[in-house]
Amino acid sequence: MTTVTNREQLKYISAQAADARVNLEIETEGMTLNIGPQHPATHGTLRIVAKLDGEQVIAADPVMGYMHRGYEKLSEVRTYPQVTTLINRIDWLGSFANEVPFILAAEQLMEVEAPPRAQWIRTLLFEMSRIANVVLFLGDMAVQVGAVTPVFFAFRDREHVLNQIEAATGGRFHPNFDRIGGLKDDLPRGWIVETKQAMKKMRAFCDEIEDLVMGNEIFQARTRGIGVVPADIGLSYGLSGANIRGSGVDWDVRRDGTTGLGGLVHKELDWRVWTHPDGDSFSRFWVRLQEVRESTKMIDQLLDGIPSGSIMAKVPRIIKVPAGEAFVETENPLGVMGYYVVSKGGLAPFRVKIRSASFNNMSITPWLLTGVYVPDIITILGSLYFILGDIDR
Amino acid sequence: MNATLLLAELAYWQQTGIRVGIGLASVLLVAGALVYMHLFKAVSFMQSRLGPMEAGPYGSLQLLAEVGKHIQKEDIFPRNADRFVFAAAPFVVLASTFLLVVVVPAGPDALFINSELGIYLGLAVSSVSVLGILMAGWGSSNKYSLLGGLRATGQLIAYELPLILAVVGVVIQAGTMNMADIVYAQANGEIFGFGALGNPYILTQGVAFVIFLIAMQAELAQAPFDMPVAESELVTGYMTEYSGMRFLMFFIGEFATAGVFAAVASVLFLGGWYVPGIAPDADIMNVLGPLVMLVKIVVLTFLIFWTRFTMPRFREDQLQRLAWKFLIPLALANIVVTGVLKVTF
Repeated sequence: MTTVTNREQLKYISAQAADARVNLEIETEGMTLNIGPQHPATHGTLRIVAKLDGEQVIAADPVMGYMHRGYEKLSEVRTYPQVTTLINRIDWLGSFANEVPFILAAEQLMEVEAPPRAQWIRTLLFEMSRIANVVLFLGDMAVQVGAVTPVFFAFRDREHVLNQIEAATGGRFHPNFDRIGGLKDDLPRGWIVETKQAMKKMRAFCDEIEDLVMGNEIFQARTRGIGVVPADIGLSYGLSGANIRGSGVDWDVRRDGTTGLGGLVHKELDWRVWTHPDGDSFSRFWVRLQEVRESTKMIDQLLDGIPSGSIMAKVPRIIKVPAGEAFVETENPLGVMGYYVVSKGGLAPFRVKIRSASFNNMSITPWLLTGVYVPDIITILGSLYFILGDIDR
Repeated sequence: MNATLLLAELAYWQQTGIRVGIGLASVLLVAGALVYMHLFKAVSFMQSRLGPMEAGPYGSLQLLAEVGKHIQKEDIFPRNADRFVFAAAPFVVLASTFLLVVVVPAGPDALFINSELGIYLGLAVSSVSVLGILMAGWGSSNKYSLLGGLRATGQLIAYELPLILAVVGVVIQAGTMNMADIVYAQANGEIFGFGALGNPYILTQGVAFVIFLIAMQAELAQAPFDMPVAESELVTGYMTEYSGMRFLMFFIGEFATAGVFAAVASVLFLGGWYVPGIAPDADIMNVLGPLVMLVKIVVLTFLIFWTRFTMPRFREDQLQRLAWKFLIPLALANIVVTGVLKVTF
């Protein structure tokens, strides 16, 4: 009484037995390599359980959650202005960009619109945090491939942007500057001129990286054709940001998204979305480099065009958000970041769901890492560019 | 010749003691100088850092501080380690360096042995370090170390061949394997009848020199050939589990081997202790020669570390491809051309 399923099962078992016999005869044995949680290439506490055959990966499984801090839950017991302090720490390299979508969602619920000057300065700081974030990637990717020096250049030149962010907001890493209805403060005197000089330095840095890293034959040999993500696979895994634009998908929330009331002002600027058709590690690096350049140009335009006026709309002293739900997403340095905020009319949000970019970007790793060599694990992870805080929240 | 006679009057154990002392001093002092000049200072300036500045004037005592730190540290053995193999590995690696320095002459009499098979012996003993690295990788009972050790073995064996084949060109041109005679051959040689500067073989064996430098970079496991240590993938590979004194031995070994290989390269290609204008067998060269060698070593090691801190790293298969499909055929062609020219002229 053999059913078809049983026959298939038998076939499978016999195949396994044959494999085992071959393994016994030539004595090969797989090896399970734990990459992380403490590993220099995972910049944080990510763990990849890789099953290896020699140096080739048979299966790879990312284990996340070592840095889970429960921000979604913590948000429910804090008032709206207090939540920005928490969510600053999600993507700690581009902190200000984390605050913006949450504040926009709260503004949407309250039907408050920030004055134009506040919107422009918000966009300005948003793009500066993108530079502060992605510049470090440009150096770090070189470290993953084995060149030590570029990361020192990245830290050196990132300082120019961080200094400007600190001058404007008072915080280098965690500005906590965005408020419902506007901003905490206006820009300090002389900031515009200094920022323009800093942008010039950042463009020089991009040229330097292009010479030193991207033009290097070894770098190209290590990244071209490695970790190829086809556009449809990338979309089905929910990749966003430069990762999906590196696969040739021309999609950027800054340009294509619908910003509601008082969103960011990217649509009033002259800039372009860069894509690369290849979908490999190199193209992701290339797209990010172009995006830093594009951001510096955007910032120059924003600095020239800041409207005058107030930086704060009229909002009550004690912020109570009317009942309702709102979802706002923005194009953050790491990809699309969205906040789904549910309010029941109290001082604190009833529920906050954070859609962070890195979590989705990481979810493709089991598909992507299968069949590559151990050194390529590191370059692929580096090129996907995740931040642990952004994965685990 | 006086120095040799002086040495010959001593008892054998006294001669040996002096030789061992000078060998230790020459390797360790050169290694220390290289660490300070290249790792602490030159590379720091490349990476827009100051480098050590606090210990002594311009941080000149930093080296002592580092050595002191490592000596104080606990010598940790992993629980499952093969204790003897784990403990012996750094000594094997360092031994190959000390054996290699034996063949390098630094002056007409300032040499350890005057062997007719000098370079042959040198290339043979330099391979011993592979054994030490494999021992370290295996003995650590760490998967990263094992991968590092295996990578190192594959790489060092692959690059041994272009290294030897590059040397063959020099040996054919000099007509001898004696390191001192190679220096004399370069000092007395001439190119197209112009012999005032001698003929350092970098001019006629330029291809071999480039191959030798590349293979040397790989033998030393420096970037772009630092697959075995690869700190961003394998967390420094076979050295992962080492601490304290044993780690320091690996660290010194890295720089000492760089210095000694640079010394071999400067003897083979840059004319060794010879400088134009002074006869290479003059007595004064016993004093000046080591200094001239030191300058050449510093220049060559600067090239090594400059490349190391600029270049990204090859992948294992790319690295093997470079050796077997490019360097070895090129080195063989160089040998053929050298041989043909040697017969014709």
